[in-house]
Amino acid sequence: MANFKLNINGKVREVDVDPQTPLLWVLRDHLQLFGTKYGCGVAQCGACTVHLDGTAVRACVLPISTIREKKITTIEGLSETTDHPLQKAWIEHDVPQCGYCQAGQIMSAAALLKDNPSPSDQDIDNAMQGNICRCGTYTRIKAAIKTAAKMS
Amino acid sequence: MSFIKTKVGRRSFLKNTSLAGGGIILGFNWLASCQSQPVEEIMAMPDAWFDINAYLKIGDNGLVTIMSPNPEFGQNVMTSMPMVVAEELDVDWKNVLVEQAPYNADMYGFQFTGGSRGMMSRWESLRMAGATARHMLKEAAAQKWQVPTREITTDAGKLYHKESGKSAGYGEMADAASKVAVPDEVKLKEIRDFKIIGHSQKNVEGKNIITGKPLFGMDYYKEGMKYAMVEHPPAFGMELKSFDASEAKAMPGIKDVFTIKAYPEDFVKGGFDTNAFPELIAIVGNSTWEVMQAKKKLKVEWEPFKTYEEKFDARGNTRSVTIPAGLESTENHLAMMTEYDKKPGKIVRKDGDPEAAFAKAAKVIERTYTAPYLAHNTMEPINTFAHVDNGKVFIAGPLQAPGFIEPAISASTGIPAEDIDIEMTRMGGGFGRRAYSHYMIEAALISQKMNAPIKLMYSREDDMTNGIYRPTYRATYRAAFDENNNLIGIHVKAGGVPESPLFADRFPAGAVENYLAEEWEIPSNISIGAFRAPRSNFMAGAEQSFLDEIAEIAGKDPIDFRLELLRKAKDNPVGKNNDYDADRYAGVLELVKEKADWGNKEANVYRGVSAYFCHRSYAAHVLDLVIEDKKPVVKKVTCAIDCGIVVNPDAAANMAEGGVVDGIGNALFGEMTFKEGVPQKKNFDRYRMIRMREAPKEIEVHFVKNEIAPTGMGEPPFPPIFGAVANALYKATGQRRYTQPFLGNNIDLEIKGTGS
Repeated sequence: MANFKLNINGKVREVDVDPQTPLLWVLRDHLQLFGTKYGCGVAQCGACTVHLDGTAVRACVLPISTIREKKITTIEGLSETTDHPLQKAWIEHDVPQCGYCQAGQIMSAAALLKDNPSPSDQDIDNAMQGNICRCGTYTRIKAAIKTAAKMS
Repeated sequence: MSFIKTKVGRRSFLKNTSLAGGGIILGFNWLASCQSQPVEEIMAMPDAWFDINAYLKIGDNGLVTIMSPNPEFGQNVMTSMPMVVAEELDVDWKNVLVEQAPYNADMYGFQFTGGSRGMMSRWESLRMAGATARHMLKEAAAQKWQVPTREITTDAGKLYHKESGKSAGYGEMADAASKVAVPDEVKLKEIRDFKIIGHSQKNVEGKNIITGKPLFGMDYYKEGMKYAMVEHPPAFGMELKSFDASEAKAMPGIKDVFTIKAYPEDFVKGGFDTNAFPELIAIVGNSTWEVMQAKKKLKVEWEPFKTYEEKFDARGNTRSVTIPAGLESTENHLAMMTEYDKKPGKIVRKDGDPEAAFAKAAKVIERTYTAPYLAHNTMEPINTFAHVDNGKVFIAGPLQAPGFIEPAISASTGIPAEDIDIEMTRMGGGFGRRAYSHYMIEAALISQKMNAPIKLMYSREDDMTNGIYRPTYRATYRAAFDENNNLIGIHVKAGGVPESPLFADRFPAGAVENYLAEEWEIPSNISIGAFRAPRSNFMAGAEQSFLDEIAEIAGKDPIDFRLELLRKAKDNPVGKNNDYDADRYAGVLELVKEKADWGNKEANVYRGVSAYFCHRSYAAHVLDLVIEDKKPVVKKVTCAIDCGIVVNPDAAANMAEGGVVDGIGNALFGEMTFKEGVPQKKNFDRYRMIRMREAPKEIEVHFVKNEIAPTGMGEPPFPPIFGAVANALYKATGQRRYTQPFLGNNIDLEIKGTGS
């Protein structure tokens, strides 16, 4: 066990855990931040996507000891008032079915738009290829990303 | 004018006492109400709520809370079911709050999500709940104003008496209305007067989803709860021999390791009590990660089991099901299915004289279709929160039907059903998997043993390897033609491990003079279960590919050929018990033909058409395929669906789009295989799922407009897409596809088709 100070959504949070514990389980089990989801545990589905200093990463394979000072943003910290262009676009296109993968989808898309404010279809395909939606909402996700790109 | 007898679902008029009385709505986060509109646009919370019936309560300020009775797994019933109540109640949708109803069979009847039955089975009771409440509000106003009830009208949450000029909001009459006797009969709205039904409304949980609110079973949390996982045998056909948990128990944060048996030995199972692995090892600890690490340290000896019998309830009688011993492999399944296919099957339908037709045929074609096992792979893995405490069981987790599992939880824990409470959390997908909720018994037993609240979670690997798969199937179709290439007979022989996929009374039965249907089944110990449109999800692809081939031989356009058969089925049906409506079937084909502009396709686009009937609805797809870098790219899918009245059109379109994507993914890549009983894919690194790049670039959904009470929607668009993929691939490559998954080995595609 070791003590870690984490910068999560602009707040410093302290946890005492095994240094190998993936960020995902620290968020969920120790900090009760449930928006980041477990889907596969091997960085294959994208349900656990968060931002580390603005870059999309898979929290399920990220040992807590490797994070250090880096800023973590989860779905809960994406916007203060639910007004991120992607969140607005997600509502406009009424994207979710079951909704389980959607936080990860939005976090992947948010990292994409940050670096590439007007992505092509192919850019979107490439950036979102790591996020599985079992319900099959891909066409709506793509449309929502395009709408958000126009908004911002 | 339509009236409805309220007696049909009289128990629905019991009040929902768990929510009774004034005050604010329960604030427990996973039970939180969902606003149909952003919070700033709705009125403030009322000071008091008045229960009108189990489905709704009205606040003193006119705000209405509507209970959604069935579990939600993404089909959006949590929005569409309350919409139906709101319509008949005649309120403004923006003043409606929605809550997931508690599990209570006395009040809500069968709370089940599956079989595309939701809206189909609830339509009348939801309308009645709203209409009855509206009537009671009118009576309350009539009494207060001393005028006849029939003179009172309503509009958007207000009551009016035109003659006296009096008016009042529902909130003002809610207290009095809650005391009015429930009428014996109520008048329903005319369909043409609908203001909410048929008008797209946003998902009531949309905002909660996109902000990461804890809605799912996985998110259920209670201070002090322990985390649990289970270890099941690595292979079907194996059981526990012995284990050594000393190393696991010594790992940090581990509280206990022990075995559990979900079902008592003598328990007579219900149809959904499937469970491949009777005995499991449970590991309990302080956190998920610690339990995952300890699980790896278990030293377990497994051994092959002997053939055994399980007892199932069969409408009051007990039937025995044999679970055969053995370590099964896909290779053997395929060989056995080939063997069974050669033997005579059980004849399930025979029209005309098929033997004679085939004997005199000028031409006969025979085609064999196969499909592998599929894993459900719900994005939210299996999990449940359980707390067995003080002689009571509390369960919260994702499941499709609490009524299915309650008897077994009761038998296993020894706690009577009335002391079992099951909270239905939002499900991160179901697809049939969560109709089999053995994991809830497992969680309850672990909690009981630990005497603590626990959260049971399956890892993705545990989830993917513990069974309840879509079975593997095989179907051989033969068609007989006369010398002019007219179709004169069809013979289908289908089977699977362990069930036959055949629906003998479905199209093209009824449209073919000489028709023979046979089936066979091979017992197995690999557990199977319902998977989105069970059996149809295989038969549609086989049948619709075969019809495409017949049309080609007959020299006919594939849509016109199907329409011709349907005309025959309507005007001059062959045989009895044809279970489809030929007009509605033809309707979706005609609609898709028009909307896809069937006669005019772009150059280098290869088109496949397919249509199917299941769950009382009709769906037809035209799939436009292009080949880029030797890979198939679905440019567009045009869908036409007849599911009767469409309650929430945009959400229904979302379901159809999802069905299309799901079907394309499974047709191209979906596959689970076995070697010596061991599932060969354990996670998404090897189990290929459809992803963004392979999804259609565009999906256009059209609904047939009619006034038929809603029929199934979640499943019907799924089966036919398999045929559309196969038929489009043929056009592109010149090769018919008979074996699913069509791109199993990630093969390259060459454009060699005619495309015509």
